[in-house]
Amino acid sequence: MFLITCPYCGEREQSEFKAGGEAHIERPKQPTELSDGEWAEYLFMRKNIKGIQLERWNHAHGCRKWFNVVRDTNNDKIKKIYKMGEKPPTI
Amino acid sequence: MKNKYSIFSLIKNAFSYHENWQKAWKDPVIKKEYDAIIVGGGGHGLATAYYLAKKHNMKNIAVVEKGWIGGGNTGRNTTIIRSNYLWDASAGLYDHALKLWEGLSQEINYNVMFSQRGVMNLAHNLQDIRDLKRRTHANRLNGIDAVYLSTEEVKKFCPIINTSPDIRYPVLGGTLQRRAGTARHDAVAWGYARGADEMGVDIIQNCEVKGIKRNGDEVEGIETTRGFIKTKKIGVVAAGHSSVLANMAGLRLPLESKPLQALVSEPVKPIIDTVVMSNAVHAYVSQSDKGELVIGAGTDDYISYSQKGSHDIVEGTLNAILELYPIFSRMRMLRQWGGIVDICPDASPIISKTTIKGLYFNCGWGTGGFKATPGSGDLFAHTIANDEPHKLNAAFNLNRFVSGDLVDEHGAAAVAH
Repeated sequence: MFLITCPYCGEREQSEFKAGGEAHIERPKQPTELSDGEWAEYLFMRKNIKGIQLERWNHAHGCRKWFNVVRDTNNDKIKKIYKMGEKPPTI
Repeated sequence: MKNKYSIFSLIKNAFSYHENWQKAWKDPVIKKEYDAIIVGGGGHGLATAYYLAKKHNMKNIAVVEKGWIGGGNTGRNTTIIRSNYLWDASAGLYDHALKLWEGLSQEINYNVMFSQRGVMNLAHNLQDIRDLKRRTHANRLNGIDAVYLSTEEVKKFCPIINTSPDIRYPVLGGTLQRRAGTARHDAVAWGYARGADEMGVDIIQNCEVKGIKRNGDEVEGIETTRGFIKTKKIGVVAAGHSSVLANMAGLRLPLESKPLQALVSEPVKPIIDTVVMSNAVHAYVSQSDKGELVIGAGTDDYISYSQKGSHDIVEGTLNAILELYPIFSRMRMLRQWGGIVDICPDASPIISKTTIKGLYFNCGWGTGGFKATPGSGDLFAHTIANDEPHKLNAAFNLNRFVSGDLVDEHGAAAVAH
């Protein structure tokens, strides 16, 4: 269990939030052009990083807004939080 | 040649205060090259090595383990064994495993304490009833024993369950697989390790894989904390760390690694002689031979390798347990822990070749891999030895995420996530 600082509401318990998985996965611009392999990459394949990971969270039991988190998955320590649409910080 | 375990060896060793038991497996000198290397010394990895040596005559093989054998998810699960899965492919896979469990203690001359005490799954709403009935029919069509129980029959089979219609999620029925049950998890790892070691398999502990060396599209060997080891075949059975290993070989897997928690209570006298699972309220409980209640909680929804989960997950599970079993209200919990489980998008495992020659993956077992240990090892050994999947694991290939031919067991198969 850890605390997450929502960029809109401030520090709250992690249980208020819903994890949204890996961040910055872009929806294909031309979905009709994709091969089955490229669809599999987009839909299913994940980095599943052990270490510093960029991920999305939603403040589900709060403001319900989405934002990005940089977290070390070895120890769940949060390094940085940034809003949707912002460029990922360099850690 | 190892001494056979029996009542006579037990009596004989009692006279020397159990101080002269033969070592169950040796601490081998690492060879320069093996015919195959299994990465991961848990139940699945050790079973793979055992069946490679036993059924495919591959004796020059090694199991490398970063910690100690059975110290990962093998020693962290809630030991439940069942095969009542919905889809044909899963039914074939898990029932193959269950049949191997039935003869395992004799096969490996090691008491894995397999106990077919039955597994009951509860229904708490109308959709649960429909799903469980559908699964019962599907199971029976696949030759797997399954019965649907009314609320009264649930109460009769496990009298301590609160079947009052007044609780928040009343028990409306359930299913029962009588051949299902539990086993001693550590014994499974130790028994397979002993059996494999006897056939000449090197079990190398405290040896972490740091890299997978490739020559073009073929594997050449592994870089470890104890040096480079050459091999043409690598079978990775690394559970939560599968993606880390895949990354070393430049592969991507459809996995997310998440913490799954379990806890045990203080030991008490026998009170529950079966395994009861409930998906809707997420509570499952059984009792170990030592008398502890063994309780499985759910996964956290975020990726983590920390082997720690959130308290609210445990709290949710215990709330549900208390409503279903008011008799446990004053039980004290003794220990709580987490393991990292690798979850596939379709909640089914991957036992597969990869695009790299000589590299095989056995992963994605998610929250329910223990039950499949013997079957998983047997089928993965077949896949590695023949470079082709067995017909029972053909559907569990990595390519299903490209073809779309998923084995979607999420929720459908009494899987408690």
